[in-house]
Amino acid sequence: MARTIVPIGPYHPLLEEPEFFTLTVEGERVVDIDVRMGYNHRGIEKLSEMKTFDQSTFVIERICGICSTSHPFAYTRAVEDIITVEVPERAKYIRTIIAEGERIHSHLLWLGLAGHFLGYNTVFMWAWKIREEILDVMEILSGNRNNYAMFKPGGVRRDIKSEDIPEVLKKIDSIVPTLEMLKKAVIDDPVLHARTKGIGILSKADAINYGALGPTSRASGVARDVRKDSPYGAYDKVEWEMIVAQNGDVFDKAVVRILETFESIKIIKHCLLNLPEGEIDLNIKNIPPGEGIGHIEAPRGETFHYVKSDGTNRPVRHKVRAPTFMNLPTFKATVVGETISDATIIMAAIDPCYCCTERMAVRNTEGKKLYNGEELVKLSQKKTEKIRQESGC
Amino acid sequence: MTREDILNDLSVRFKDDIIDVFDKSPKRVYVEIKPESIVKLVSYIFKDLGARFNIATGVDTRQHMEILYHFIIEDINLLVSLRVKLPKSKLEIDSLVSVFEAANWIEREIHEMLGINFNGHPDLRRLFLSDEWPEGVHPLRCDYKEWDKKAIRDRGV
Repeated sequence: MARTIVPIGPYHPLLEEPEFFTLTVEGERVVDIDVRMGYNHRGIEKLSEMKTFDQSTFVIERICGICSTSHPFAYTRAVEDIITVEVPERAKYIRTIIAEGERIHSHLLWLGLAGHFLGYNTVFMWAWKIREEILDVMEILSGNRNNYAMFKPGGVRRDIKSEDIPEVLKKIDSIVPTLEMLKKAVIDDPVLHARTKGIGILSKADAINYGALGPTSRASGVARDVRKDSPYGAYDKVEWEMIVAQNGDVFDKAVVRILETFESIKIIKHCLLNLPEGEIDLNIKNIPPGEGIGHIEAPRGETFHYVKSDGTNRPVRHKVRAPTFMNLPTFKATVVGETISDATIIMAAIDPCYCCTERMAVRNTEGKKLYNGEELVKLSQKKTEKIRQESGC
Repeated sequence: MTREDILNDLSVRFKDDIIDVFDKSPKRVYVEIKPESIVKLVSYIFKDLGARFNIATGVDTRQHMEILYHFIIEDINLLVSLRVKLPKSKLEIDSLVSVFEAANWIEREIHEMLGINFNGHPDLRRLFLSDEWPEGVHPLRCDYKEWDKKAIRDRGV
């Protein structure tokens, strides 16, 4: 059968990391995939070497709009690892609250997009509606809806006022019924089962071989979470469960994320109700020469920072590894062999902030354009509609 | 196995390959090894000790080119960083892609950013730098100089 090349990407206004995918298809089946990156490479590692340790916190906060807590969190922990200090208890709790708030809004964002790709626009609207409540909570706590600027080496920059806590708890409680509804909508819906079960399977062996992280690997039965394995912040003082699923398909990745959102709510509520009194900052003045590593569990997996200091006020080397760097190559294992109408949701399932489907274009070998991205999303939505009618739901 | 068992086991098993062990803190160990032993040590740590490959960091320290391979052994919460020092006259080391696929992209990145060759890597194409970027210019090296981007600007890219 003739092979067709399907280029996807690289630009889309919603996409935070422009990527260019080349799908090779035979008829409906994807037989090969290649990823080209670097369209948005801003040289932040190099930039960070030109800033002071304090300034770098804000530079790396701007690596990603959605993970704007994960990077400063990992970075400040790396700097604290150079000095080998622990931040005050209250700062640990505040950091945990901000990081979990970010996880909830990130998972909801993903759930909405995944619903949209599958033609479930109601899921999209509900998920993004309650995500607003979480962004309001973040605004109350940090003053910003995104880019919270809460972190600094040695502690946090802003305290949580005790008079804000009841309002925050009320807002967080208000999203729980809708979240329960969304959970039922996803877990019990037979059409969603047909679209996502057994699709894009990442086996446990592949997850380990590719070094997959976060919900992507936990859906494949790899019971690893930095929050449990290498506790930081207040995670060892709160009771919460690590969510693990076994099948590694799109459905399990969705289930892991939805159930994790509930755990995050549990963690935030516990931290807010048990916030210890005390200092929030160590007031670190000098960073001694040395090396430090900080790694934390971001919504998409482990974020890893390595910082090397030579005793001046600037890092001499700052390595940043975002979780998507490890999760993206798993496409080679998950997309190959699936149909083109499922490729969208499989790629979306690792949550690479992948929204560039509208830039998709299907061409035949002579380069004649057949479909554009919008039509591919429609193709995916039509498949759901067909299954829905056939099953009579 | 406890932390001490693993460190003792490594230093006995690979006594000819390990140059130095720096025990930084209960959760961090830096092990300097000979560059030619990298595949042997990594295979043991990844397959037998069940460690997860975090990432590799390339550092230009002026005297040497260093690569740190970070592994975490999650059961005992220990981050092991294997350090290799490559002389600037011979910037090459064996690729780890034969051991695990996770090394594929980071070796491509270090290759373009620092100009280190990975022997046996299946596909050392560029990952992040643009196609217009000149050959042989490596942005994370100490001696990196801003190159003439006028040609690109003129094209309106």
